[in-house]
Order: sequence, then C-alpha cells, then structure tokens
Amino acid sequence: MAIKQISVYVENKMGKLHDMVKEVSDADINIRASMIADTAEFGIFRMIVSDTDKALRILSEKSMVNITKVVAVKMEDKTGSLTKVLSILKDAAISVEYMYAFAGAAELGAYVVLRVNNAEAAEKLLNANGISTLNDEDIAL
Amino acid sequence: MGRYYQPEIETASREKLTEIQNEKIVKQVKHVWDNVPYYRNLMEQKGVTPDDIKGIADLHKLPFLTKADLRDAYPYGLLGTDLKNCVRIQSTSGTTGKRVVAFYTQKDIDLWEECCARAIVAAGGTEEDVCQVCYGYGLFTGGPGLNGGSHKVGCLTLPMSSGNTERQIQFMMDLGSTIICCTPSYAAYIGETLRDMGYKPEDNKLKAGIFGAEPWTEEMRHEIEKLLGIKAYDIYGLTETTGPGVSFECEEQTGMHINEDHFYPEIINPETGEVLPDGELGELVFTSLDKEGFPLLRYRTRDLCVLSKKKCSCGRTHVKMSKPKGRSDDMLIIRGVNVFPSQIEAVLLNEGYSPNYQIIVDRVNNSDTMDINVELAPELFSDIVSENVKREKSLESAMRTMLGIGPKVHLVAPNTIVRSEGKAVRVIDKRKLID
Repeated sequence: MAIKQISVYVENKMGKLHDMVKEVSDADINIRASMIADTAEFGIFRMIVSDTDKALRILSEKSMVNITKVVAVKMEDKTGSLTKVLSILKDAAISVEYMYAFAGAAELGAYVVLRVNNAEAAEKLLNANGISTLNDEDIAL
Repeated sequence: MGRYYQPEIETASREKLTEIQNEKIVKQVKHVWDNVPYYRNLMEQKGVTPDDIKGIADLHKLPFLTKADLRDAYPYGLLGTDLKNCVRIQSTSGTTGKRVVAFYTQKDIDLWEECCARAIVAAGGTEEDVCQVCYGYGLFTGGPGLNGGSHKVGCLTLPMSSGNTERQIQFMMDLGSTIICCTPSYAAYIGETLRDMGYKPEDNKLKAGIFGAEPWTEEMRHEIEKLLGIKAYDIYGLTETTGPGVSFECEEQTGMHINEDHFYPEIINPETGEVLPDGELGELVFTSLDKEGFPLLRYRTRDLCVLSKKKCSCGRTHVKMSKPKGRSDDMLIIRGVNVFPSQIEAVLLNEGYSPNYQIIVDRVNNSDTMDINVELAPELFSDIVSENVKREKSLESAMRTMLGIGPKVHLVAPNTIVRSEGKAVRVIDKRKLID
C-alpha cells in the first residue's frame, strides 16, 4: 500500500517551476511534500500531493510526468530513528535511490519519503518491524 | 496495366531514350544561348558554342551552374523566355538562406505535373484513389506539384496543405484517404498522433505515402510504414529543376527513377567537376532538357548520390538515383570528421528514440563542440537522476561509435524541438567558419 509520488520534468528556465506548481494549486491540489533534484540541464520535481490522479491528468498535458511508488515512513523525533529504518532495509538488501523528509500537519507528524527499488516489500518489512507508514488515504486531505 | 502513367516513355529502350535526349539537348542549348545572356556569357568564357553540342555525349563541355549563380542572377538573369510566356513562379523555402525564384510556362507546369503523376501511379495510384496532399501549398513546390500530379492521374485530390494535424486526421478518416503526400517527418508526426489518439494502423484506409523534400533514412521509412500501415515511397526534386517528381520510387524501393526524358543527370566529383561513371558516389548535376521558363543546364544540386542503370523489376528503364547520402554543403565537418545528420537520425531510431533532434555545433577555445538535443518519450522519463544520465551516456556512446566523434547528448521534453510541418531545423552551426 505504498503511496504514489509524482515526478515532473522541469526545464532549467526562469519561471518554469512556478508555472508548473501554479497549475497544481489552480486545480486545488495540495502539495504535501516535495523535493527537487537539479541537474545541469533540467530539474526533476518530485511531490506527494493530495490527489495524485488529478495531478497526473493535469500535468501530463504539458509536462513529462512519472508516477512512482514510494514509502512514507513515520519518524520518531529522536536520535537513531532513521538509522533504525535504514538498517532494516539494508539487512533485506533493499537499496535507497533517494529520500527526503517532511513534516505533516500536527496529527500526522514527521515523515521520511523513501524511494527504494521495491516499495511494497520495503513497506511490508517496516510495518512488520513496528514502523508505521502512510497510505494514499492519509495524504488525500 | 495501369502501372505506368506514360508507359511508352517510362519503359523506352536505352537507345530510344538517348535519341530523345540527344535531340532535346541540341535544341535546348541553342535556346539557352539565344535567350539567357548570363549562361551564354559562361559558355563564352569556356569557349563553347551551341555548335559544339551535338548530343548528350558533349554535355561535359558546358559550364556548371551553382546556387551562387542563381543568387547573382536573381531574379530574372536565368529566365529562358519572355515573362509574358510564363504563368507561374515557385520559390525555395530559403532554408539555406538563399531564396531561389523559378519561372514556369504552361508547358513547364504540364511536364512537371506529368512527372508527379508518374510518381503517384508508381505508388499504386489510380483514378479510384483519394490523394491527400499535405505538403505546403504556395511558393513551395511540394503542394502544387503533387496536387497537379494527382489531378492528372484523376485521383480525388484533398488539397490540405501542411499543418493543422487534427484537421488532416479528420479528413483522412472521414473521406478515406488512400494516398498521402507530405514530408517524411510530418508523416511520422501524423502517425504518432494517430497512435496517441488510439487508432491502430489498420483503422485508416491509406495504402501508400509519397514522401520527400527532406532527407530521411531507411529506418524512418520502416517507422512510418509501421505507424501508418502503408508502403512509403520516396520522391525527389528541387525547385531549381522543377520541384518534386524529378525522380521517384517504384515498388522495388531501391532508388528513384529519374525522369530523364526531361532531366538529364550526371554525377561529378565535387572537388574537380569531373564526370564520374555510373555507380560512383558524387554530386548530382541536372540539365533540364526541355523546360522553357527556367532552363538550367548542368545545375549542381549539392546532393551526393549514386546512379544505377541496373534493370528494374518494375519495367521502367529510366536510370535510378540512390537516396541522397547527404549534401556536399550540409555535411558537417566537426573536429575534422565528416558528419551527416542522417547518421544521427539512424542512431536515434536504432536506440528507440523519436527522430526529433537538433544538432548544435559550436567552437569553444578553438575546438569544435557538438551537442545533440533529443526528445525523450514520456514513458522513458525516470524520477531518478542517474537513470536519465545513464540514457544520455548510452546514447552518447552509440553516437560515438557511428560518427567517430563524441557529441554531448541532452534529453529534452517532448515537443520542445520545433516540429517540422514544413522542414525541421536539424542543424544549428554557430561556428561561422565561412563569411
């Protein structure tokens, strides 16, 4: 039950990021978490949004878009939380491509989004170890 | 049979063709001498008079004409008859920065349209067909040429002109077009659009396409044939000579039959101007044997190709030219290596990319740089940076193998490179190596 992340190709040109994000907000979609990867040529803007299907529909009209399953892991605000999560994955030989942290509204708390090679397996494993993760309903606020 | 538009001339024996050519060239040289002072002057400089030309065998004695001559003589310097006898002009698209204006008498228009009709019949066209012409109409020769040819064959002609792809597709589906004429890149674009709209190749009634006006590769032919479910025929021509229909492919698809009863071809060494025997690669030179308005003799096309008189299974006897293997003037020399854009296109199609690309050549610190922007299909886009970089690297390596030099490849979003509904700007050379 991993969650869906939407990634958008953004040209390295003044205003492109703004225009794309505006399309999302104009459609009344909330960006819950985001991270941009910038290369010399272009950026890849990854985000977790309140309505992924709608965002995909809107953005793919003009942009190159990719949908990927990621795991959003609840983090306790204390030393060693992330180490614990990564140890579990490492022991199961699940590799992390990239990750980013976000703080949700008060009732959600702090999360780390993990892009791994097998999101479903990673989530199952983490849950089995007593670590909770978000599902699509949780973010559709 | 209906396989030829003008069977008698299209299947004439070599002896008969030579006889026709000999007769026409003698008359034509005299006509040009009497009516085109610009060329007469060139002949005098070379010490040649019409009396020296007794047949095709003497053609090599005549001076060449080049694009530079057309520029110098612009607009009326190479006109071959009184303007009152002319009924039309056509002009080049000016992609090389030098506009050419060609003049046509009614007889010139007729022979041009007959040449196009031969091409349409060779592609299987009959009066039963619905022929959709989506070459540009107007000054560009593509639209008017195929339009006229389609009329001569008796096809129901759809004079669509280029662009407005949605409307093209609507007419194609509603009126059941069976033949489509356009540039190969536009054909690929229409095919991709149809696919994206959910149509399968068998959903359209098209059986053949006649594509020209820009270089394309065999890989692209296969791509278009697959996308549209047709047989794709090449057609060749240039405004200076007449327009499309100077030569065309038959069902054998192994070269284009030159309408040599009107346009006599020679292959020369582009360096020395020496005439090369059949089968050797060189620059294609055309002599208009019977055009009145714009009768160019020995015009250097800059297209590099090979001629073949090998017997063709279609029964046509006219000499065949290979697809141009590049142009002696758009060949890029990058770090001393000859690069043809068609090679880059071949690599892209081979590696599963769309043939939408742009080459940017520059010179930085006295060293040439070559960048290739390539459109990435949405399904190939990854959220992981390294995956996209890996694609660029692997494409760079395939390019290096093909070209002998290593370009920098940049993947760009779909539809960001200007699409060719006329002609694509494939090369941007910022080096200014010539004034």
